[in-house]
Amino acid sequence: MKGSADVVIIGAGVTGAALAYTLAKRGLREVVVLERRFPGAGATGRCGGGIRQQFTTAPNIRLAMGSVRIYEQLSQELDWDIEYVQGGYLILAETEEELELQRRAVALQNELGLPSRCLAPEEVPEIFPLFDPTTIAGATFCPTDGHANPFRVVEGYLRAAKRLGVTLEKFTEVTDLVVRGDRVAEVVTSRGRISPGVVVNAAGAWSGEIARMAGIELPNQPVRHEILITEPVQPITEVMVISLHTGLYFSQTVQGQILGGIGDPEERPSYHLHSSLRFLRRFLRELVRHVPALGQLTVLRQWAGFYDVTPDAQPILGPTPGLANFIQANGYSGHGFMIAPKVAEILADYIEHGTVSADLARLSLARFEGEVEGEAFVVG
Amino acid sequence: MTRHASRVTRHVPQDDPIVCRCEEVTVSQVEGAIAEGYDSLEELKRHLRVGMGPCQGRTCLPLVAQILARKTGRPLEQVFSAVSVRPPLAPVPVTLFLGGDDEG
Repeated sequence: MKGSADVVIIGAGVTGAALAYTLAKRGLREVVVLERRFPGAGATGRCGGGIRQQFTTAPNIRLAMGSVRIYEQLSQELDWDIEYVQGGYLILAETEEELELQRRAVALQNELGLPSRCLAPEEVPEIFPLFDPTTIAGATFCPTDGHANPFRVVEGYLRAAKRLGVTLEKFTEVTDLVVRGDRVAEVVTSRGRISPGVVVNAAGAWSGEIARMAGIELPNQPVRHEILITEPVQPITEVMVISLHTGLYFSQTVQGQILGGIGDPEERPSYHLHSSLRFLRRFLRELVRHVPALGQLTVLRQWAGFYDVTPDAQPILGPTPGLANFIQANGYSGHGFMIAPKVAEILADYIEHGTVSADLARLSLARFEGEVEGEAFVVG
Repeated sequence: MTRHASRVTRHVPQDDPIVCRCEEVTVSQVEGAIAEGYDSLEELKRHLRVGMGPCQGRTCLPLVAQILARKTGRPLEQVFSAVSVRPPLAPVPVTLFLGGDDEG
């Protein structure tokens, strides 16, 4: 293993992979990615693959819009098919309160240039013919939202990064961060030590443990989210559907499988990833209520992953107060896959030039010392 | 609804047997992926989709593990023990889960 590197990235999920590639593309050659297991083993490889821009806070909307511009051409750029489907996101509402939240969100989104719009229930089958419009009070739709295959995205970024000289050390666990003065001076791993120029904490649900090695407390908490996949069927829809009412989400993969999950209000922070019958029942009941034809399907497989959740459901990005070379890139609260390409760019701007964009400043760890405006559309 | 997406059946040479029938992955594809650096069962699964079909890897993963052990020189028990088992063990109709309460 190399004894030193300009940038050491901890975690080969979508954030670490996108950042490694983006830095290498800009000419930084001494980039090392450390991964405790294998690429995508954490939240990324377990996620639903949705790429949504319909959020309720300006930073989340802007980051997601920037990411979509990258995702739209990423297969070509990486010379690797990420199975990107730009079929739009349909967000369901069932109460007057949810409709009002949607109207306000769409107004802000339109102001920022996003082509989202409100739909009456009877307009939904025009977009998704098998959908039962009597199950909702209304919806919003953004045609430029979409989904992609998380495995393919991580692989594509890492393959391209390696071609540009990035080193991936998989099955390599970070066991300590040695702090000297105001910087992380050494990264200690199960396979050797590295002196970093900059260290990036992109460890997802384990970011809190990594930060603690450098004496930093993060407010993040790991929350299990379950998900399942069905057998493949003929193409029935390209949209991704999510519900503000129940936390249901689902889409159809390019292989034809229905992939989806549902949030559980009773889930508490923990590090367990068990699969439950409760999830199967809750998810399938809601799925079939909205799309009765899907009751004919067969469940193939279920699993779970972590949301790395912050108090305001927005990521923690950028340098750490008191430790100038320790950069946080975590706390995505379920939205990391969507915004990773753009986050990689703004973090690369910071690492390369010291540039702090307005959004980077707003998403710094320091924000938790004051009042925070939270993201309302957290689904799944 | 048509069960199973229509798939283009690829021409498979006689001297390159299929190891994963669900996803139609051959021995040479597995060997090629290992040579590219996908040298654990979990990585091969995600890269080639072996074990992601209806059989849940019961047919293919022991075969893929043998190829992996042979190609990397690692013991079979070591390469084969690491893979996650995910429920249900066999495909189950959605309708079975629609009745009852959440915990039932």
